[in-house]
Amino acid sequence: MKITLDIWRQKSPNDKGKFVRYELDGVSKEMTFLEMLDYLNDKLIKAGDEPVAFDSDCREGICGTCGLFINGRPNGPVKGITTCQLNMSVFKDGDTITVEPFRAKAFPVIKDLIVDRSSFDKLIQSGGFISVNTGAAPEANSIPIKKEIAERAFDAGICIGCGSCVAACKNASAMLFVSAKISQLALLPQGQTEAKERVRTMIREMDRLGFGNCTNTGACEAECPKEISLWNIAKMNREYYKATLG
Amino acid sequence: MLNSKIPDGPLAEKWTRYKATCKLVSPANKKKLDIIVVGAGAAGAAAAASMAELGYNVKVFVYQDSSRRAHSIASQGGINATKNYKNDGDSDYRLFYDMIKGGDFRAREANVYRLAEISNNVIDQFVAQGVPFAREYSGYLANRSFGGVQVSRTFYAQGQTGQQCTLAAYQALMRQIKAGKAEMYSRRFVMDLIVIDGKARGIITRNLVTGEIERHGAHAVVFATGGFGTVYYLSTLAINSNGSAAMAAYRKGAFMANPSMAQIHPTSIPVLNDYQAKLTLMSESLRNDGRVWVPKNKGDKRNPNDIPEEERDYYLERRYPAFGNLVPRDVASRAAKERCDAGYGVGSTGLSVYLDFRDAIKAQGKQAIADKYGNLFDLYTKITGMDPYTEPMRIYPASHYTMGGLWVDYNLMTTIQGLYAIGEANFSDHGANRLGASSLLQCAGDGYFILPVTIGDYLSEEIKTPKISVDDPAFDKAEKEAADKLKKLLSINGTQTVTSFHKRLGHIMWQYSGMVRNEEGLNKALKEVNELREEFWKDVKVPGKIDEFNHELEKAFRVADFFDLAELIITDALHRKESCGAHFREEYQTEEGEPLRNDEEYMYVAAWEYTGEKSAPKLHKEPLTFENVKVTKRSYK
Ligand SMILES: Cc1cc2nc3c(=O)[nH]c(=O)nc-3n(C[C@H](O)[C@H](O)[C@H](O)COP(=O)(O)OP(=O)(O)OC[C@H]3O[C@@H](n4cnc5c(N)ncnc54)[C@H](O)[C@@H]3O)c2cc1C
Ligand code: SF4
Ligand code: FES
Repeated sequence: MKITLDIWRQKSPNDKGKFVRYELDGVSKEMTFLEMLDYLNDKLIKAGDEPVAFDSDCREGICGTCGLFINGRPNGPVKGITTCQLNMSVFKDGDTITVEPFRAKAFPVIKDLIVDRSSFDKLIQSGGFISVNTGAAPEANSIPIKKEIAERAFDAGICIGCGSCVAACKNASAMLFVSAKISQLALLPQGQTEAKERVRTMIREMDRLGFGNCTNTGACEAECPKEISLWNIAKMNREYYKATLG
Repeated sequence: MLNSKIPDGPLAEKWTRYKATCKLVSPANKKKLDIIVVGAGAAGAAAAASMAELGYNVKVFVYQDSSRRAHSIASQGGINATKNYKNDGDSDYRLFYDMIKGGDFRAREANVYRLAEISNNVIDQFVAQGVPFAREYSGYLANRSFGGVQVSRTFYAQGQTGQQCTLAAYQALMRQIKAGKAEMYSRRFVMDLIVIDGKARGIITRNLVTGEIERHGAHAVVFATGGFGTVYYLSTLAINSNGSAAMAAYRKGAFMANPSMAQIHPTSIPVLNDYQAKLTLMSESLRNDGRVWVPKNKGDKRNPNDIPEEERDYYLERRYPAFGNLVPRDVASRAAKERCDAGYGVGSTGLSVYLDFRDAIKAQGKQAIADKYGNLFDLYTKITGMDPYTEPMRIYPASHYTMGGLWVDYNLMTTIQGLYAIGEANFSDHGANRLGASSLLQCAGDGYFILPVTIGDYLSEEIKTPKISVDDPAFDKAEKEAADKLKKLLSINGTQTVTSFHKRLGHIMWQYSGMVRNEEGLNKALKEVNELREEFWKDVKVPGKIDEFNHELEKAFRVADFFDLAELIITDALHRKESCGAHFREEYQTEEGEPLRNDEEYMYVAAWEYTGEKSAPKLHKEPLTFENVKVTKRSYK
């Protein structure tokens, strides 16, 4: 296939950046999207040009490193996948594809398609944990947990911290990410002692870091590669009211 | 002479005695001591958090943008412990025995027993930290089986156990960062280790964003840098996994143990095309319910569902009736290779076998299977476009794990004073083959419960050592060498990309030093690796500059180290004239094609010492003694 790529190139955080067009011939439907970018880079390097900087690591949809904004959507046109899981078979010969970094005030661009998401670490630091020192844990089966509760906690816990929810949101809100952690920990008996404090500090931190407010558009859930549910935001709001009123 | 420093006393009392008698550091003194931890996967994050909780000043270095992304996040199937919740006869001794046998009698008894002993604490810790392990309807924890064992001792969170455990350790570390006891340096690549007067005192890193080369000093250094299966190019590891930190330690005097003990995992999604950068694992847990087979007729191109029962060869069940589909990984991998090499493989390349859930779905219903493996099935469908609920999966072996690694003693200290290696980066617990669900256990065990104790024994002698100054000439020298190496890589300006070299190297390793090896092939590989390395240093093309974000330069640095590592792997594989576990030398096999150990001559850990760029590494042997198990032929028949 022949593909036209409009790729965001930006030398450094302070550079203004611009789209650059690449015509890429010989793309195979069997390639993943990132393998297609590898292939482009291979050509650029051989031609003496600078390769496009993009990030990836596990290449199997679990580390959360790779997110790109493809044709105006986080991770491209297919629902429920990360960028590294996107296959070129969804594109047609002659297609034009625009590729941009995730954009949000709290995710400044480092170079080309790579952004700084350390604000997510800061959010977890502000309370996304259970304060149990090593060695202080009781016997694991001493607290039974209902299967469905454990499963709910798991469904929230599988967030990969990719930032697609932030990139998808017109307000660049981190609500889905934060709520997934809050609800995972609040569902489990182990996390309940700190639940009130956690929801307060994490929400405060989210504002401080420059993430926007949630206006319930649901774009985050629609674009989340792990299909983390909006239910978590509702749960977080309930936790927040409990914490601030109760 | 290697001293493994195993405490005296009966096996089951060694660790207790050690803890009761090791030297301690007072809380006031801990505050004065700095520890560098490189890597924050399950091992590094657990260690860093636990040591920070104790009061040490911990600095953590990772190459990813966040430590949550370490490749431990990708581990799937589960984590072992000896809770015996199933009442199926499990015990510390049994896990110990399974691991010693699984490792084909090439692991160290005392270390393995200790791991079994602390396994329950690991599960307790994770549950308390909020890991949503699978539960029964009663609300109690659920278990499943993994290969190479006959009890059900694996705890799991669907196919994302590693993710949940890694995030728990990550969160514990984030808590310590907030508390000011740990500091995170992300997007840093460790290029060298600093040794002053025989002691590890710091590291040289490259800031991957600015390109700046930085110095960091500490009283002790911990390498938790994971595995280097990426030396094979295609593997189930993250594409940036590397052997550079291990090689830096090796060049500075840390011995490398059993580097050729590399696990090729039997159930990966097969290679689909030439551009592929990575292979995706399908968890071993699938072999609990999936049956492995190939057609009985060579080149049978029928749809697998149209091939009747009597024309299917369930070769694992046929060859290993006692363990069937749950034989250990090395056995399953070789058996798949054997069938494919003999012409029975399926798929367009003939390099895959079926893993079939038809019978399990019939017996248990689709929902039960979905509950256990739903997300793995989804992953498979996303990658291959095929539906394992209605047609068998296709799988093939892939490079997955390194049992070998930096040599460590009972304290997890390398042969360099004050340099520790934990998690997959060390060698001690898995011998010649690792059993499933035991790596996460080892990583977390090392990090939470072992290192925080043993490091105190060393640091108790360091309380008078002031802060390590980075102005020491050792830092000057190492920094200059690191910069020179990068400049050299940039200056070659040849015609071939870094990746093309990595692919060729991987091909040599896979061909001659993979699942099956022989002397002729290994000698050939040695020669080819050397030639390729020469070609690399003459003709590689690395674009860009040193003082900027430069992925190609990072890759080139890693691939340069992979050449040296490959050479060491081959040297080790050549020297071990026996077959054991994953190390299968064709010359040494039984008539039935099973590995033939040579305990008389090779019952030792091979620890290699660096002697210079141009000279051969020197072999040191740590003899292995088995006082608590009977050394037998490892059989799964
Ligand atoms: C797909 C897959 C599935 C698996 N499933 C299971 C399972 O079900 N059960 C089980 O027990 N085991 C499993 N394993 C094995 C297990 O996951 C790993 O052995 C284990 O997670 C390794 O953890 P670690 O902490 O040692 O290293 P990793 O998690 O790999 O972390 C390495 C760390 O070192 C850092 N690092 C490396 N090199 C450098 C450098 N040069 N400079 C700076 N930082 C560096 C990285 O940033 C990272 O933080 C699986 C492995 C894979 C690949
Ligand atoms: S909630 Fe979804 S989109 Fe947001 S960080 Fe987590 S996995 Fe990514
Ligand atoms: S590279 Fe890990 S999620 Fe895509």
